Amino acid sequence: MTPLVELRKVSKFFGPVISLKDIDMKVYPGEVHCLLGDNGAGKSTLIKILSGVHKPSEGQVLFEGQPVVFSSPREALNQGIATVFQDLAMLPLMSITRNFFLGREPRVGPLRLYDGNLAARIAREELLKIGISIRDPDQPVGTLSGGERQSVAIARAVYFGAKVLILDEPTSALGVKEAAVVLRYVVQAKARGLGVIFITHNVHHAWAVGDTFTVLNRGRSYGTFKKEETEREKLLQMMSGGEELEVLAVELELIAKRDPAGAAQLERRIAEELQEPN
Amino acid sequence: MVAHKDERLHPLSPWKRLLLRPELGSIAGLIVVFLFFAIMAGNTGFLTWLSVRNYLEVAAQLGILAAAVALLMIGGEFDLSVGSMIGIAGTLIAVLIHPDYGHLPLGVAILIALLFAMGVGFFNGWLVLRTGLPSFIVTLAMMFILAGANIGFTKMVTNLTIVSGLGDVVAKSSLAHLFAGSLLGLPASVWWWLGVTIVLSLVLLRTPFGNWVFGAGGDANAARNVGVPVFRVKITLFMLTAIAATVVAAIQTLSIGSANVLNGQGKELEAVAASVIGGCLLTGGYGSVIGASIGSLILGMVQQGIVYTNIDTDWYKVLVGGMILGAVILNNYLRKRSMEVRR
Repeated sequence: MTPLVELRKVSKFFGPVISLKDIDMKVYPGEVHCLLGDNGAGKSTLIKILSGVHKPSEGQVLFEGQPVVFSSPREALNQGIATVFQDLAMLPLMSITRNFFLGREPRVGPLRLYDGNLAARIAREELLKIGISIRDPDQPVGTLSGGERQSVAIARAVYFGAKVLILDEPTSALGVKEAAVVLRYVVQAKARGLGVIFITHNVHHAWAVGDTFTVLNRGRSYGTFKKEETEREKLLQMMSGGEELEVLAVELELIAKRDPAGAAQLERRIAEELQEPN
Repeated sequence: MVAHKDERLHPLSPWKRLLLRPELGSIAGLIVVFLFFAIMAGNTGFLTWLSVRNYLEVAAQLGILAAAVALLMIGGEFDLSVGSMIGIAGTLIAVLIHPDYGHLPLGVAILIALLFAMGVGFFNGWLVLRTGLPSFIVTLAMMFILAGANIGFTKMVTNLTIVSGLGDVVAKSSLAHLFAGSLLGLPASVWWWLGVTIVLSLVLLRTPFGNWVFGAGGDANAARNVGVPVFRVKITLFMLTAIAATVVAAIQTLSIGSANVLNGQGKELEAVAASVIGGCLLTGGYGSVIGASIGSLILGMVQQGIVYTNIDTDWYKVLVGGMILGAVILNNYLRKRSMEVRR
């Protein structure tokens, strides 16, 4: 099977800074591909390349087997690569319907006017399909919760025929229940045959829905792993970079010599954070 | 799959739905202002047809401008140069049709003024979008440039700061009636106001372009990412504002039969005031053309209504300032309520 999207030896440099180096990655239809990494690992740069915001400095991006160079997010979108950015690209004071159709308004009549009724009906139907019952499609997006907004953005991408759905940290700002709702839509998008690229630094969320995992660390890839070939703890260790944790331990030791009680507390807290149960 | 219902939600009442309308504050303001003058000056002439005609005419000239300015503000930009644009477009038309200078037919003169305005509007927009500077600064500069150029140009041609003596030309031109005539007892400007408000409101609410205006003003980056041609939208809005200023200039010049270089001064801020009273957010992405028109009506009513009371007209601006403050606070409160209602 040809991958929907393939990266071959993709690198990105910003002046002297090596943001990404020699990244290989393949995303297949009906697959949730998790992109894991700590802050600064290069996740954002990678999705900006995939979504057409940046062009790679080296290497190739292939879409359905063909090499492509996107010059704008719009171009990537037209090909079927939809990105739901962290800030969502939603306008809080605008209605759900108007947000849903912004940039792709349905038109009606000889004057090609905006077809508000059709737009409202489709928005309502599409949201019902993924399980959100909106009371009023004319209500401002600002009245929705974070999870509902994510869901509207995902529904929009799916409705407009996305083949690849890139989700940038969709669950990071959400509570446990809301995150679960969003994760359910991720699985639904996969069931519809979309290739989903799920960016997160929360291994627990990734593990719950992911089929394959690519781990980035400081601009380089540790490789791609299938779920059955790896373990959650291994991913976690790769993400945080095993060495760095060692360095941290040494530092903590140094601190401990001066303030044993404080250091122990700090260490406990860090350990807890790293193994936060789902 | 079955949609899950959230038990914390209750259906939206029509009252709360009304709270969501950006015009609501201005409608309330209009009622208050009308009642105030009806009580204070009801028996001294405020309720007469003459008074109605007076304040409608004042409101109309501002309203034509404010409708376009509101659209621009919803699109996330300002234009402080519209007042100066009225001035320079007025003297331009006056000089071009003047029997001693331009000798051009009125239609040609207005066309030239419109092209000039569109050029200025385009330049404003282009500069704002290219440099990324706030439109406030760019159009502030343009305000001075146009005002200065107007005085320089007018004095160079006429040696005066006023171009008068257009009475005969206006009387002979049938096109002038379109701007300075009257219909059903109301001056042409009122009909222009009505037309501009209806058309621009339909554009905002019933066309894809209108949706793009909301998008470009709400979050230009987000809008661009989903494919809204933000550059084109904003440039169009700047050009539209300049065109509205030219229409006002034509109405003023042809009604009075002369053009003063000082015409239009201060109108840029009055138009912003009307838009804000009408519910437009200074930060863009929210507002209403109809609201801006109602805001203009309020300002016109206050300006003319005060004459019929025993309040000294010198206090007019104090009232306007108070209105703006009151309206902004009310609008802000209503918007917050409407956003909280359904959480």
